[in-house]
Amino acid sequence: MNAWIQAIISVFANPIFYKSTLNQSTPLILAALGGVYSETTGVVNIALEGIMLIGAFGGVVGSYFTGNPWYGLALGILLGVAMAALHAWATIRYAGDQIISGTALILLAQGITGFSLVELFGKPGSTDLVRSIPLVNLGSFENVPFFGRIFSSLSPLVYIAFASVAFSWFLIYKTRLGLRMRSVGNNPEAADTLGVNVYNIRYFGVLMSGVFASLGGAFLSIGELGQFTENMSNGRGFIALAAMIIGNWSPTGAMWAAILFGAASAFNDQLQSQGILHLATNTQYLFGMIPYIITLIVVGGLVGRSRAPSADGIPYIKD
Amino acid sequence: MANDLKKFYMNDKIIVPVISVITSLFIAAIVMIMIGKNPFIAYGALIYGAFGTKGALINNLMKATPLILTGLSVGVGFRAGLFNIGANGQLIIGAILSTYVGTKMIAYPFYLSIPIMIVTGMLGGALWASIAGWLKAARGAHEVITTIMLNYVAIFIANYVVNGPFQAPGGVPKSPKIAYSARFPNLITSGATWLSAGIFVALAAVVVVYILIEKTKTGYEIKAVGFNPYAAEYGGISIGRNTVMAMAISGALAGLAGTMQVMGLYYRYLGALGGSMGFDGITIALIGQNNPIGIAFAAFLISSIRAGSNQMQIAGVSKNIVIIIQGIIIFLVATNRLVKTLMFWKRKEVEEA
Amino acid sequence: MDKSNEKDNSKYAVVMEKIVKRFPGVLANDHVDLFVKRGEIHAIVGENGAGKTTLMNQLYGLIKSDSGKIYVNGVETRIENPNDAINAKIGMVHQHFMLVNRLSVVENIVLGMEPVRGPFFARDSACKQINELSKKFGLFVDPDAIIEDLPVGIQQRVEIIKVLYRGAEILILDEPTAVLTPQETEELFEILRALKAQGKTVIFITHKLHEVMAITDSVTVMRLGKVTGVVKTSDTNPRELARMMVGRDVLLRVEKGSAKIGKEIFRVENLHVNENRGLEAVKGLNFSVKRGEIVGIAGVAGNGQSELIEAITGLRKVEEGRVIFKGVNITNFSPKRRRDMGMSHIPEDRLKHGLVLDFPLYYNFILGKHDNPRFCDGEFLRLIDIKRFSDELVKRFDVRPPIINLLGENLSGGNQQKVIIAREFSFNPDFIAISQPTRGLDIGAIEFIHKTIISMRDQGVGMLLISMELEEIFSLSDRILVMYEGQIMGEVTPQKTTTEEVGLMMAGHKLEDLRTQEA
Repeated sequence: MNAWIQAIISVFANPIFYKSTLNQSTPLILAALGGVYSETTGVVNIALEGIMLIGAFGGVVGSYFTGNPWYGLALGILLGVAMAALHAWATIRYAGDQIISGTALILLAQGITGFSLVELFGKPGSTDLVRSIPLVNLGSFENVPFFGRIFSSLSPLVYIAFASVAFSWFLIYKTRLGLRMRSVGNNPEAADTLGVNVYNIRYFGVLMSGVFASLGGAFLSIGELGQFTENMSNGRGFIALAAMIIGNWSPTGAMWAAILFGAASAFNDQLQSQGILHLATNTQYLFGMIPYIITLIVVGGLVGRSRAPSADGIPYIKD
Repeated sequence: MANDLKKFYMNDKIIVPVISVITSLFIAAIVMIMIGKNPFIAYGALIYGAFGTKGALINNLMKATPLILTGLSVGVGFRAGLFNIGANGQLIIGAILSTYVGTKMIAYPFYLSIPIMIVTGMLGGALWASIAGWLKAARGAHEVITTIMLNYVAIFIANYVVNGPFQAPGGVPKSPKIAYSARFPNLITSGATWLSAGIFVALAAVVVVYILIEKTKTGYEIKAVGFNPYAAEYGGISIGRNTVMAMAISGALAGLAGTMQVMGLYYRYLGALGGSMGFDGITIALIGQNNPIGIAFAAFLISSIRAGSNQMQIAGVSKNIVIIIQGIIIFLVATNRLVKTLMFWKRKEVEEA
Repeated sequence: MDKSNEKDNSKYAVVMEKIVKRFPGVLANDHVDLFVKRGEIHAIVGENGAGKTTLMNQLYGLIKSDSGKIYVNGVETRIENPNDAINAKIGMVHQHFMLVNRLSVVENIVLGMEPVRGPFFARDSACKQINELSKKFGLFVDPDAIIEDLPVGIQQRVEIIKVLYRGAEILILDEPTAVLTPQETEELFEILRALKAQGKTVIFITHKLHEVMAITDSVTVMRLGKVTGVVKTSDTNPRELARMMVGRDVLLRVEKGSAKIGKEIFRVENLHVNENRGLEAVKGLNFSVKRGEIVGIAGVAGNGQSELIEAITGLRKVEEGRVIFKGVNITNFSPKRRRDMGMSHIPEDRLKHGLVLDFPLYYNFILGKHDNPRFCDGEFLRLIDIKRFSDELVKRFDVRPPIINLLGENLSGGNQQKVIIAREFSFNPDFIAISQPTRGLDIGAIEFIHKTIISMRDQGVGMLLISMELEEIFSLSDRILVMYEGQIMGEVTPQKTTTEEVGLMMAGHKLEDLRTQEA
């Protein structure tokens, strides 16, 4: 017992834990924000997983062919938005089943990235190393004890993620567009009778989910290492979905839930590497399932209660 | 007039998936042309890889075995209005439990150990899926979210046990092998491939599910809840009970799929044993329109494409194109209004001409 | 209206001229004329299905007229969608509120016409405008409150402010008091008076005659899609309005002998039931049904009838009181147990509750009976028996086309209803709760269904009939109970009452008051 307390304290006392939390949270925050945009307007988007994957791939491809990782980022977002556009087209224009369409896009993203990987890089598995987005150097601040080590050499996408949360919060709660998004997601019929274009607002929400989810995906590939490996989103899209739900469909709530999940993962990693407990390697799997169990408890309403927008998941058919 | 109505209904059920499959193959062909490959050669290789040799056909049928079951699993869920995206997790739980039981079967004769294995696998899957069923029926939690989460929990549980308490020494994490008496006999062997008796279990499941859905009280109630829960309640049918029941049956079929992999192919639990079969089950149920017979054919279609994709890869087209094809099929089924609109235009043109 | 008035439209805020609107199978508005003076409160009264809301939906551009003209302030105006109506300064408060429950009052009011400052929604200036409107018309609301936390009466105020915010001079209120308590109704009337004092024109749809007398200046009465009377409120009385509203003669006549009434089979005692939002909808009902009689419940829709029948059949929770069937207290029995005891139910909404549209007819014929040993051998369905049974019913009830493999959705409305009636009338029920058995059906189907109901009565079945069609109630019932706001206004027999008397009870007058007035 004593050893456990010591080990936990040593993890929390280590700035690497906080840095790792920031790095692991960033893709989740961005993708969860994407989910918030889409579902605020009433379109369920389980394709976040696929959009992240294609965003990660686009990032590497763009960087590989131009040598400029920022162009890579742009290509990743472009592909993510294109994928989101397919979802929007199927579910808004043709009132298709949002879950089925999302499932299709997850498969499409896997297929397209796997296929193109072989076509462009000549081998399956992973791409060559490409230039990644340069890390932010904070100068003398990096010498500050503890905090300096947390914030030294972070990807600019980490800062972008947090800025995006603030931006999204203002957009959704403080602007005209945001008001219309929330009205369309809760009662599209009422919005329609007041002259709000339900379809356009929903298109906007779904396309924005493409922007943010692919940004989160690009962080995985060109945020640090500069490489794409097959299926590298590895379920993060679904965790982001869970963060959105636990965060009660709000940008800040989703951010906190994403940080919680990121911290759980970072904690798990650090607990394995500290030298006090000598944990068996398989304990990481026991800790690893915690975020999913939390999500089950929350969606089951066993603790707390999160409420989706009233019209979430229901196609709007104008007669 | 009545016959016209009936015909239209039949058409609708069959034509949407058929058009979706053909369209996706066509789009994939265009992709091949774009990368400078000849689609005829590629598809030729695919057909050869799926049916060309005895070994190919055996491999194909071995792949079809679990796919029929996950297809049935997802299909039963759809019948009750439930989207079971968690066949993968149920498969893993079924496989790991039956593997565990299988390692204890050394002293048992096959006529006991084989049924025990099958029942264990089905129970494991059923219990796992029932969690999602209960959360839906009692707490109103959407089954898509809960089954996705349960998938990951299942993966972590499996990883935990095969990396520790239930680990076989050496190499990739895996469980010990099950007893010989718990393995399926091989029907045909060809080189390094064999066809296990699991295919008969899968085909029997098709018949059982068909009877369950079409001929029994439970099937009647599940369908009533799936089509119109209000009318079901009015008719005295419990929505909650049937939701849990449908999830349990769906999970049992997925668990059985995992058990087939254990009893007929790997004889142990491996992380890769489930592959993408849960997602494939969705494709298959959608193509088969939730009809057990249709699902059997759809599973064979998907297993053929999957089995043939290796040969296609040798012919120079990455086998990932198969996943793209599946994605397009599901996408087109999701937009069935689009497909119907296209059909309707065609019909209108004919009328106008 | 005489010719001179028709030509001089300028003194009217709204003139609707020869409006025709046809829905499949129904002529909803048959050359309707409407004249509403500027600055008055004008009532449109009529029973359900009289065409009031249809007429107003055309004025607000929600549906398009087949023919006819609309003049606003004397100018002919084309109104094809709500935006046209808003531009013509017409606003409508719908019976079902069009509010976004999760948003605040201010957000709901300005939605679609939001004031902005730079990129931001200018919430404070929106609140200021709302407070001004609130003060001017006595419509007090907290702009920051969330809609779902507000009582219905306040939500309605939000709807009214929403309309005023859009600059409406002409306000249409569709059954505004249907959802209000008496106190809230009184507050609404204060608001309407304030609106009138500020020069606004109000069109007020209702079926409650005392409200018409209390608040309006003039009245247009509609029945079966036609205008049956235009009067000034000060020149009329509830009795005259009721006569114009329900008409004199019962068109449908069903041949029936006198009832052979047996022992009591069904009773409710002090029954209290809530509606979906938790407000009390049935307020302490007591009545009984005997074998061999049809008890009709007359009333305008939304007075607790749906909740009553759902409570009787086990689809809705009883808050207080008892339901007794065959001497057994079944208050908490499941729908299935009630069915097994011999209760049948013809539901109000046949598409939602009565049928599984994707099921073939032979499956629909056994819904609720599917585990009867006749259809089910243990776990297995007896498909041969089910199909034989279905073939029999299809013949006996003349379902067309007589093909039991067709899906429920492939039948016409009349034949769908025949399927439900065939099912619910089979298996020798002792008591049948019937709701709206002929809504939306053609004359042929109505006659057939009425004959079948009478023949079941003559076999000694007790029946409770809820219908919004007064004619149906009169021609089928042996006793009539009139329901208003969850209570029974009185009990009469069709031979010893008039439609006028029942019409007055439907509008909230108690039978005892009416009879003492007469005496």
